[in-house]
Amino acid sequence: MTATVTSRLSGVSGSAFNLRSFLHGLPGVDKVGVEARAAALGTRSVKTTAKAAAIDLAIRMVDLTTLEGADTPGKVRALSAKGVRPDPADPTCPHVAAICVYPAMVPVAAEALAGSGVHLASVATAFPSGQAPLEVKLADTRDAVAAGADEIDMVISRGAFLSGRYDFVYDEIVAVKQACGSAHLKVILETGELGTYDNVRRASWLAMLAGADFIKTSTGKVPVAATLPVTLVMLEAVRDFRAQTGRQVGVKPAGGIRTTKDAIKYLVLINETVGEDWLDPDWFRFGASSLLNDLLMQRTKLTTGHYAGPDYFTLD
Amino acid sequence: MSLFEYAPAPESRSVVDIAPSYGLFIDGEFVPAAASGGVFKTVNPASEEVLAEIAEAGAEDVDRAVAAARRAFGPWSALPGAERAKYLFRIARIIQERARELAVLESLDNGKPIKESRDVDVPLAAAHFFYYAGWADKLEYAGFGPRPRALGVAAQVIPWNFPLLMLAWKIAPALAAGNTVVLKPAETTPLSALFFADICRQADLPPGVVNIVTGAGETGRALVEHAGVDKVAFTGSTEVGRQIARSVAGTRKRLTLELGGKAANIVFDDAPIDQAVEGIVNGIFFNQGHVCCAGSRLLVQESAYDEVLTALKRRMATLRVGDPLDKNTDVGAINSAAQLARIRELSDVGAAEGAERWSPPCELPAQGYWFAPTIFTGVTQAHRIAREEIFGPVLSVLTFRTPDEAIEKANNTPYGLSAGIWSEKGSLILAVADKLRAGVVWANTFNKFDPTSPFGGYKESGYGREGGRHGLEAYLA
Repeated sequence: MTATVTSRLSGVSGSAFNLRSFLHGLPGVDKVGVEARAAALGTRSVKTTAKAAAIDLAIRMVDLTTLEGADTPGKVRALSAKGVRPDPADPTCPHVAAICVYPAMVPVAAEALAGSGVHLASVATAFPSGQAPLEVKLADTRDAVAAGADEIDMVISRGAFLSGRYDFVYDEIVAVKQACGSAHLKVILETGELGTYDNVRRASWLAMLAGADFIKTSTGKVPVAATLPVTLVMLEAVRDFRAQTGRQVGVKPAGGIRTTKDAIKYLVLINETVGEDWLDPDWFRFGASSLLNDLLMQRTKLTTGHYAGPDYFTLD
Repeated sequence: MSLFEYAPAPESRSVVDIAPSYGLFIDGEFVPAAASGGVFKTVNPASEEVLAEIAEAGAEDVDRAVAAARRAFGPWSALPGAERAKYLFRIARIIQERARELAVLESLDNGKPIKESRDVDVPLAAAHFFYYAGWADKLEYAGFGPRPRALGVAAQVIPWNFPLLMLAWKIAPALAAGNTVVLKPAETTPLSALFFADICRQADLPPGVVNIVTGAGETGRALVEHAGVDKVAFTGSTEVGRQIARSVAGTRKRLTLELGGKAANIVFDDAPIDQAVEGIVNGIFFNQGHVCCAGSRLLVQESAYDEVLTALKRRMATLRVGDPLDKNTDVGAINSAAQLARIRELSDVGAAEGAERWSPPCELPAQGYWFAPTIFTGVTQAHRIAREEIFGPVLSVLTFRTPDEAIEKANNTPYGLSAGIWSEKGSLILAVADKLRAGVVWANTFNKFDPTSPFGGYKESGYGREGGRHGLEAYLA
C-alpha cells in the first residue's frame, strides 16, 4: 500500500497528473538493447552441479497451474498431489511453491494442500480479461481468500491502462489489495497486450506503487505470454523500486515456459540482473504447468545418468 | 553470487590441432623461412603456455611472397568476377564449417572469450567473405567508373585484437576486386591466419593469390616498403601508421590506414539507462578493450551522473573475468605482456594525476596476462587517460552539462574513429551525430559491426574505409 512507500515517492499517486508525470518520466527502454541483453544472458552455459541446483530451485518456484473451463475437483486434487510430491519415486525432490486455480476450485485445493507447505493461489478479478465492474472483482477476490487462497493473482484493466487512465488502474489495484487482507497480491500486467517495453515498465511501477506484492507477466490466455526481455524489464523495475522505497516486490513470468532450458535462462536473468535476493520462491515464481515434468525429467537424468521415458512421470 | 554459481563450462580445445611449428604460406605452399630467418613463439596469453613456433619472414621471404602474388595477379584479375566470387563463397562456407576450430584457435592465441570468438569474430569474418563475394561480378556498378581495375599486389598488415576478422576485412574486398595479397598477421596472433591459409588450399584458391608471411615489425616494414607492392593497407597503432605513411610517400603505392581511437560514448539524461549501461560495458570491456573504436571515454550528462555510475558499477560487478575458453567468460586475457605493461603504466598515470580508480572485486588467475575491468572517475580533458589510447579494459568517465559541451569534448581529441550517443530523443541524436567528427557514430548501441557498413576514421584515426561499397574503393583504380 502507499503507506509502505517511503516519502521519496509520496505524492506520486496523489493525482492523475502526478501519476502520469511520474510514469512517463521513468527512463525509456530501448527495444533492441533489452532484447540483445536478454538473448546474451540466454547463452550462459549452466551445467553439472549448477544445473542440479538450478533445477531444484526452479521446482520450488513453480506455481503449478490449471485454469481451464474443464477443471473439476478431481483434476484439482490430482494437481495438488503432484505439487506436494512432484516425483513419487524420489522423496528428496522439493515441492512446488503453489497451486494456482480458479476461485471455484479453491476449497478443493485448500483441503488437498492442508499442512503441505504448498501455497494456494487463485486468479481473481474477472480473470483473464478483467472486464468487469469493480464490485464483482472485489467480491471475486474476497471469496477466493475466504475459501482459503493465500495468494491472489489479479489482472489489471489493460483497456484503462492503454487509454492512459493510470489513476483508474491504480485505484483498482489498491482496492483489490485491501480485499486481499493478509493474502499476497500478484498483479498480472498481461504484457502481451501492452505493446511496448516502456508500457511494461510503467505498468510495473504502477502496480508496485499501488501495493503489489508480486508483478506477473501474463494470464497465459493471450498469444504472447512471458518472454525473457519482458521479464528483464520487470526485474529492473523491482530492483529500482526497492532502491527507491526499500520494499522488495516479487516477479512471476507465466505462460510459455515449458522446458528446463527456458527456466534456467530466467534464473540466469535474476542472478545477473537483480541478484540472489530474488533467487527464492518468496520472490520469484514460474506460472507453468508442463514445465514441471521437464524439470523432473532433467532432474532424474542428472541423478541417474540417463533419461527416463515420459511414462515415468505422472500426468495430472 | 554463492546461491547460483555457474559450474565451469569449458569449450574443448581438442577440436583444433595446433602444429608444433609453422612455416610461411607462399604460392599455395607452406615453406620454411630462408636461412637468414629466425623463429618466434606464439603463446596463450591466458596461461603463458607456448602454442607453436612460427617462422619469421625476412626480406628474402617477403620478396618471394610478393613475386608469387605478382605472378598470380594476372590470371586472377583476368578471371570473370563471377568466377572469383565462387572462390570467395567457398572460403566463406569453409569458415562457417570450421567455425568451432577457428573460434577455439582464436581464443587460445588471442585470449578473447570463446563467446566472442564464437558469436562475433568468426561469424563476422564469414559474413565479410559472403558480402564481398557478392560484389565480385558487380564492380562496374559500384560507382567507381564503368571499368574499374584491380590495383595489383596488396600488402596488408593487421593487428592482434581481431586476428581473423581483420584478415577478412583486408582479404575479402581485395580478392573480390581482383587483387592478390601478401598479408602479415601480428606476431602475437599468427595462428588463425595460418589456419586461413589452409582454408585457401581447401578452397582450391589458385596459388599465390593469398600469401601469409609471419613476423614482427621488421617483416611488416619489408613488406610495405617492397617495390613490387601496389597497395598498402594497415590496421594498427597511429605511431606505426605514421611510419608507414612516410615510407609510402612519393611512391605509386595506394595507402589506407585504420589507426587508433579514443571514442566518446555520450550518455544524455534521457537515455534508456539500463541499455546505456550495457552499451558502456560493451563499448569498453568487449574484447578486453582491445578495440580501436572502443568507447573509452564515457561522457555522462551531470544530471544523470549518479544514476549511471551506480548502475555501471553494479553491472561491472557481474562481469566474469577468467578462462577465455569457458563459455561463461565475459572478459578474457590481455593479449601480451607488453600490452599489459602499457595498460598498467597508463592506469598508474591516471591515478597519479588524481583520477579516482575503481574495479569490482574480482579474482584474477595467477598465470597469464590479466587486468581487471577498471573505471576512472573525476577525469577531465587534461588527464592523459582522457587523451591517449589505452587499448585495454579501462574507462575514463567525464561529465558534461549541455549537448554543445558534449560535442565539444567528444571532438576534442586527435582521433576520430567512432562515437556513441544514448538518448530516447531522436532529434537530439540526429543533431549531435551530425556534429561529431568520427567515422562511425552509433546511436543507442555500440561496437556493432556489419560487412555492409563502411568503417574508418577522421584525423589521426586514419583514412580510407573498410566494409560496404566504400571498402571496394581502396582496391580499385
